[in-house]
Formats: sequence, C-alpha cells, structure tokens
Amino acid sequence: MVATPIQSRADELLERAKAVLDQVCDPEIPVLTIRDIGILRDVRMDKDGTIEVVITPTYSGCPAMGMIAIEVELALAKAGIDAHRVSLRHSPPWTTDWISDDAREKLRAYGIAPPNKGSNSKRALFSNEVIACPKCGSGDTEKISEFGSTACKAHYRCLSCREPFDYFKCI
Amino acid sequence: MGDFDANTRFEHLLRLADTNLILGHRMSEWIGKSPILEEELALTNIGLDLIGQARALYEHAVAVSGEQSNRDADDLVFLRDAPEYKNLLLVERENGDFAHTMVRQLFYSAFAVPVWEALTRSVDTEVAGIAGRAEKESLYHLRHASEWILRMGDGTEESHRRAQEAVNALWMYTGEMFDMDDVETAALEAGHGVDLTEVHEEWENTVREVLTTATLDYPEDCWMLKGGRTGKHTEHLGHLLSDMQFLQRAYPGQKW
Repeated sequence: MVATPIQSRADELLERAKAVLDQVCDPEIPVLTIRDIGILRDVRMDKDGTIEVVITPTYSGCPAMGMIAIEVELALAKAGIDAHRVSLRHSPPWTTDWISDDAREKLRAYGIAPPNKGSNSKRALFSNEVIACPKCGSGDTEKISEFGSTACKAHYRCLSCREPFDYFKCI
Repeated sequence: MGDFDANTRFEHLLRLADTNLILGHRMSEWIGKSPILEEELALTNIGLDLIGQARALYEHAVAVSGEQSNRDADDLVFLRDAPEYKNLLLVERENGDFAHTMVRQLFYSAFAVPVWEALTRSVDTEVAGIAGRAEKESLYHLRHASEWILRMGDGTEESHRRAQEAVNALWMYTGEMFDMDDVETAALEAGHGVDLTEVHEEWENTVREVLTTATLDYPEDCWMLKGGRTGKHTEHLGHLLSDMQFLQRAYPGQKW
C-alpha cells in the first residue's frame, strides 16, 4: 500500500512527537528520561490527529507526576505540537523492573544505587537485601532508613568508603 | 443480594479510598514531631503513599460510578461531613504515642496487603493496576511497622509496656475490617471485591507472628466496635476533618 501524503504527514508528526518526548527528563532524577524510567508508556495519534501521551505513575503518592505531565505538555507545545493530550494509566502497575539496564547504570553513575531486580519476592517481613555502594561498589553497606528524600528512595550508608547514599526502592 | 449497581460500586471504592486517605492524614500529623529524623521521613512517606492510593481510587470512582452530584475527587475529600465518610474506625483513632501509631499501622498494613493482593484480580483493570502497586507499598509499610513493634516489644520495660497497651487499646477496632456486609458481598460476587473472611485468616497469622516475635501478648477475643463503613464514626473523625477541610470550608473553591 502506498502512503498518501496525509498519512505520511501524520506519521512524521507522530515520529517527531516521540523524538521530543524521548528528551523529557524526570524532574527528581534529571539523568533519566521518562522513557528510561518506564513512566512513558505509549505515544499514539487519535483519528482527529491529536497526539495522546500515556504515562503511568510510579509510587502512588509521587508528587512529581503532576510536574511530569506539565513537562510533557510543555515539550510538545515548544515543538509546535499543539494538539495533544496526556492521560494517566494505572494498569498494568509500574514496577522498578521496567527501568532499563542502561538507565540503571546512569542511576549508579549519578550516585543512586539502582533497584534490585525481581520486585515480586518481597514477602519476607524481616529480610535485608544486599545493596552495593554506587561510589565504591562495596557490598558492605547498611540501611539507615527504609524511607529517604523522595517517595522512591531509601537511605543507606557504605561501611567501606563511608559515603551515605540513596537506594532506589524496589517495587 | 449480589446487586452491584453504580451506587454500590461507588460505595465500595469510597470505602477503600476513605480508609487510605484518613490514615494518610493521620501520618501527616506527625510532621515536625516525629521521634527521630528518619522516622519523620518514614511517616510522611507512608502518608504520601496512602494519600496517593486514595487519590487514584477517588478519581476512578468519580470516573466510572456515575457520581450523582457531579463532585470531583477534591470535593469528595474536602466537602463531605463525617457521616458520609466510610473509612474504618481503626484509622481515625488519634495518633497517641509512637507505639500507638505503629501498632495501628501494623494492624492496618497486615490487612491492606492481602486486600490489595486480592484486588489485583478485580475485573476492574484500573483497580487491579492501582492494587498491584499499592500491594507492594503496603508490604513496605508492613515491614517497617513490624520492625518497630519488634524493637519496642522486645526493647525496654517502658517500650514493651507502651506497645502492649497500644495493642490492647486498638484491638476492639480490628473486627470491623473483616465484616462481610451487603456492599462487600455484592462487590465480591461481581468480581470487584475481596473475601474478607480469607483476609482475616492471613491477618491473624501475620499479626500473631509479629506480636509473638516481639514478646507481646496476642489479645483474647473481645467485643468489636463497628460502624465506620456505614458512616457511624467516633468523635475523632470530626476533629480530623475540621483540620483537614478548614481551608475549603473557610474559602470555598480556593485553589493553590
């Protein structure tokens, strides 16, 4: 089938929207894009030519979600794509397993220990995971607090290099 | 029975949302007065999770259940009086001391985990999605509360006494959680609900394990107070609402 000029213009617009959205970063973790982190679920075009961006919340109470929706709209508007809509989807639920390997490495380089993989094995009540220090790589670390500076992080300390660090909570 | 119309569906979602919202608000009352900095972060983060879960449920309830009077999620939170709130009595109890707050959290999280787990199989895929994430968050809260109960119960004479007093004082509010009334039964039959008698068994096992490990006594059966899910509340809820709703009551429609 040969694409009509209208179709190919629509395809071009969609591709451009995707490229723009690939540059949108998480406001709390600026080294990661919202695609890296798994927040950006889908970019598609409606019959009437509106770009629909589907995002999914990470932690239920993450206050950055509102900001992320605004940044998505802003990025599209700046690129001249005015007909757009952001919608929130809860199903399937976001999990840290969706964070790409590449993004995990970026997190580590930024000083945040990436989440362990396998988010579904957390039934043990008094278990302690081994978290490697993002600075020196040592596994000799201790948990300071289950909860840290944002909804997605816990607080740890390295007993080898003595650095305190954030750990991206695994859910 | 088994009539799961739009009103019943709305009611069922409201019960879930209200319980999470009210406990989330209680957590926020610890801001600035937690025992240590790490707990300040923990309690407010738990509150944030709970309020986030509630918000998703309110928005969904408004979207799917044909809310009669055109209220949005904010209206439901800020403009309903106590008898219209359908939260569990347990979560509206005042914070008390830290032992009270943590025992309340243990009792609720040990309930929330199996409830969310069951709701991941809801025929309502949006609720199933919200539940999938909430289950993991609740596990995190449960672990945090369990570790504190262990520290306090198996700690000093003073901490043991306070933890046991909290367990005994809050016990009469736990029975209501497992009550299969008409709304819960209709929701279960329609594939939207949870079998709370099954949840009861898992709850007892979890709570018994934590209390026993913490050298605390598991209370004997006693008379249980009910009413939260049908809007019959203790005096504590009114005071909470007067604080939480003040701004919208004093300045209707005010926005940030």
